[in-house]
Amino acid sequence: MATNARSAQLDRGVDEPLPGPLRRLHIDAPLLVALLGLCGFGLMVLYSASDQSPAAVERQLLRLGIAFGLMLAIAQITPNRLRHWSPALFVAGCIMLIAVLVVGEVGKGAQRWLDLGFIRFQPSELLKLAVPMAVAWILAARPLPPSHGRILMAAIITMIPVVLIAKQPDLGTSLLVASAGVMVLFIAGLSWRMIGALVIVAAAAAPLLWFGMHDYQRERVLTFLNPQSDPLGSGYHIIQSQIAIGSGGISGKGWLNGTQSHLEFLPERNTDFIFAVIGEEFGFAGILALLAIYLFIILRGLVIASRAQDNYGRLLAGGLTMVFFVYVFVNTGMVTGLLPVVGVPLPLISYGGTSMVTLMIGFGMIMSIETHRKRVRI
Amino acid sequence: MLESGFQDRKREQRMIATRATIAALLVILALGVLVARLLHLQVERHEHFSVLSQDNRVKIQPIPPTRGLIYDANGVLLAENHPSFSLEITIEKVPDLDATIAALSHIIPIDAKDRARFTRLKRQRMRFQGVPIRLNLTPAEVARFSVNGHRFPGVDVRAELVRAYPLGPYTAHVLGYVGRINERELKRIDARNYAGTHFIGKGGIEKAHEDLLHGQVGHQQVEVNARGRVLRTLESQPPVPGRDLSLYLDINLQRATTDILGERRGAIVAIDPRNGGVLALVSQPSFDPNLFVEGISQKDYHALLYSPDKPLFNRAIRGQYPPGSTVKPFVGLAGLLEGTVNAQSKSYCPGYFTLPGHSHRFRCWRRGGHGQVDLHAAMAESCDVYFYDLAHKLGIDRLHARLAEFGFGTPTGVDLAGELGGLLPSREWKQRVRNQPWFPGETLIIGIGQGAYLATPLQLAAATATLANHGHFIAPRVVRASRASETPQRTPEEPLPLVDHQIQVEDQAHWDTVIDSMVAVIEDRRGTARKIRSPDYRIAGKTGTAQVFSIGQGERYDADTVPERLKDHALFVAFAPVEDPRIAVAVVIENGGSGSATAAPIARRVIDAYLGGEPLPPEEEERRDGN
Repeated sequence: MATNARSAQLDRGVDEPLPGPLRRLHIDAPLLVALLGLCGFGLMVLYSASDQSPAAVERQLLRLGIAFGLMLAIAQITPNRLRHWSPALFVAGCIMLIAVLVVGEVGKGAQRWLDLGFIRFQPSELLKLAVPMAVAWILAARPLPPSHGRILMAAIITMIPVVLIAKQPDLGTSLLVASAGVMVLFIAGLSWRMIGALVIVAAAAAPLLWFGMHDYQRERVLTFLNPQSDPLGSGYHIIQSQIAIGSGGISGKGWLNGTQSHLEFLPERNTDFIFAVIGEEFGFAGILALLAIYLFIILRGLVIASRAQDNYGRLLAGGLTMVFFVYVFVNTGMVTGLLPVVGVPLPLISYGGTSMVTLMIGFGMIMSIETHRKRVRI
Repeated sequence: MLESGFQDRKREQRMIATRATIAALLVILALGVLVARLLHLQVERHEHFSVLSQDNRVKIQPIPPTRGLIYDANGVLLAENHPSFSLEITIEKVPDLDATIAALSHIIPIDAKDRARFTRLKRQRMRFQGVPIRLNLTPAEVARFSVNGHRFPGVDVRAELVRAYPLGPYTAHVLGYVGRINERELKRIDARNYAGTHFIGKGGIEKAHEDLLHGQVGHQQVEVNARGRVLRTLESQPPVPGRDLSLYLDINLQRATTDILGERRGAIVAIDPRNGGVLALVSQPSFDPNLFVEGISQKDYHALLYSPDKPLFNRAIRGQYPPGSTVKPFVGLAGLLEGTVNAQSKSYCPGYFTLPGHSHRFRCWRRGGHGQVDLHAAMAESCDVYFYDLAHKLGIDRLHARLAEFGFGTPTGVDLAGELGGLLPSREWKQRVRNQPWFPGETLIIGIGQGAYLATPLQLAAATATLANHGHFIAPRVVRASRASETPQRTPEEPLPLVDHQIQVEDQAHWDTVIDSMVAVIEDRRGTARKIRSPDYRIAGKTGTAQVFSIGQGERYDADTVPERLKDHALFVAFAPVEDPRIAVAVVIENGGSGSATAAPIARRVIDAYLGGEPLPPEEEERRDGN
């Protein structure tokens, strides 16, 4: 009875404004505006990076349309339902990963694709969502901060797909998936002592990781440490992208005027290295503007996480947001020479559909968490 | 229970909010690091990267100038440039050379000769310079490669202008040839001006006039992509083509002279005395200069190099022969100029000459002697004793000085590469080279053009022309003028400078005295070259027979028993017409026997070919009619 009364009181919800039309569609307006701005800017850069190919822009626009559609659709699903689906989705994802290793198609020297007859897709992308969902589900089932047992379960849940993806081999995605698990744990209040232990374990595991690496992966790390050692070979990407960014200066060479990119000195300029095109054509000022949009989206995600209705929503929103940040940082760090070359696209700007769809589904979940809040005063 | 659960949830939310805040701070920190990195790249090191980016895209390419053409006196093209397609490999850009060549040979025939040349040229190349694997591609081969070209990075078809000499061996010793620049030449040339040039003159005119023929390199700044493909030209400075050269050489005479000389080893030089222009310059045997342009094969080269006939040896300017009796006109003139003799002075020839107080007999070619001879008779019959006597009276110092005025002992300064200067012995030379004093007997030998005395056919022709000119020495020249090529309007020719000097004499009549005596060589009843007398014009000339080895005292020279290579060289110098000299000729036939029998008729036919006289009747071989 008391519970009912309390519920009634909670349900009244006094501090929330009346829902607007966007809110009724389960859209978070600030996030939507920032995402649209980001994607618009991305299309502009892509037009330049693809040597002014309207076809490339059209295809990207189509993908964006699908991705935004999926985002809106996911936003309609309540966080509760997402939580119920979490374990099943995770198990399905792991089965598909195993299937990829057994029967998957080889592309660019790695087994990543699964052909389901009507669609080809990368199960590892699904795990970028399934892992934070599953970890959030495990941790939210008990009070926070998590017990040692829960942490261990979360770690196991994270490591199974990470190892499977690393075997494809796809080091970039497996690191992103691992970071998803770690980020959820961090938001969940993993004790600082545990964080310290994790860092030490990671440092100790680094040599083991080295011996487990493929030759090309080792080469990337070595090249990162000294790109000049092979300027026309493996160091070429890094050197040319730094030349592109550096020659952009403060105000850039102007849209469509980047010589590094248009004369094909810059490899993969409309996918993983598109950030260098921005640096060359829009300069330091343009990059600051881009980073500001990214920062806004991340901060908005963290705000949503911190005021979500339940722990599952908080952990999922926070985890997805931080994965988005890891995406941004790994890509920009790689292109500017701060990090080794890892095949991670620049979120929502690089040409290509897979990661964009995954990301937008993630933002759909974040919007769902924000907009399905019952009007509660705590 | 409920309250505590509520409290727990509040605490959980606060804890998560704290974590979210920490996460936000971490994000800001990480982005701060990124911004710092970007400041470093885009602000601090902007200049550095700007330069790198500029270097990346802008390449400066040299545009080689077109080599000047060479025309003969009648405007006949002697050296031209043919467009030619070659297949080149830039070795630095090819990962596996052997595999690339193997794959290439499936679409374009590459034989062992091509591979050998490739291996040879590979060693001499400059870095990042293409090395030809195949030359003279047919249009079909070019098309076949273009279709498959994308499979061969670092392999390109290059169109270039290749030198061609349409008259081949006829002009080889005059024009020289061009060949690929070798390492030694690389050190000598202005690398900037030769940046795009692959060929350089290797001999003859091609080498001597390299500066005129080559031109000035041009440049273009081009924008290239990462694969080095030129996308557009930003700026260009066109090259200045090499200048076209017009020669004094008359190709008709050159061909006729070559054919007259035929299979014999020897050289003929014909000069126009009025301007020093070389009308014909022949050295036989010759070779095909076109073989050298794209790199001659080792086998062909060895065949030329080690042939006993030495076809690569330019006898006309590098062959140094004892001039023999052909120096007698100059020695006679020296006697007249120095006042040692006059036209009437006589010597008695008993068949030999002895120095006072010595027993050694310096023999005349006619064992019975010529009796009393003056200059006129001594010249016509080529009496050695008269000239022994004259040389002895002159002494080596005056003789040397007078002969040097005609250009003996120093290169004439002709505009051909590699000319040698012969040897005009002197007291000073003997002391310096042999560390011995001069002996009077040597002066006598010099007086008949033997001993250490050596002269090139070109020197003999130049000296003869000087005689025809009454002492006006003009350094022989092959090139008459140069002209800027490829200009819309034909630009005026610029004549090349002339180097000359006048031999000072007090009495001009001395010239005529000597020339008259030379006319007697042909026109006199007893003249040594009386067989070549022409009804159309008068020739002044002098026969010469040069010993290849010394005949001991009391021995006789017998042409039938002497091996071919030790037979005497046959010489003849002449100019015609005597009244208005238009051609001066020097003929040297190696081991040809006597000047009168072998060399004189050849000279006559050369003069006929130029002046258009009635041809000489078929050769009547006559052995040892005179010296």
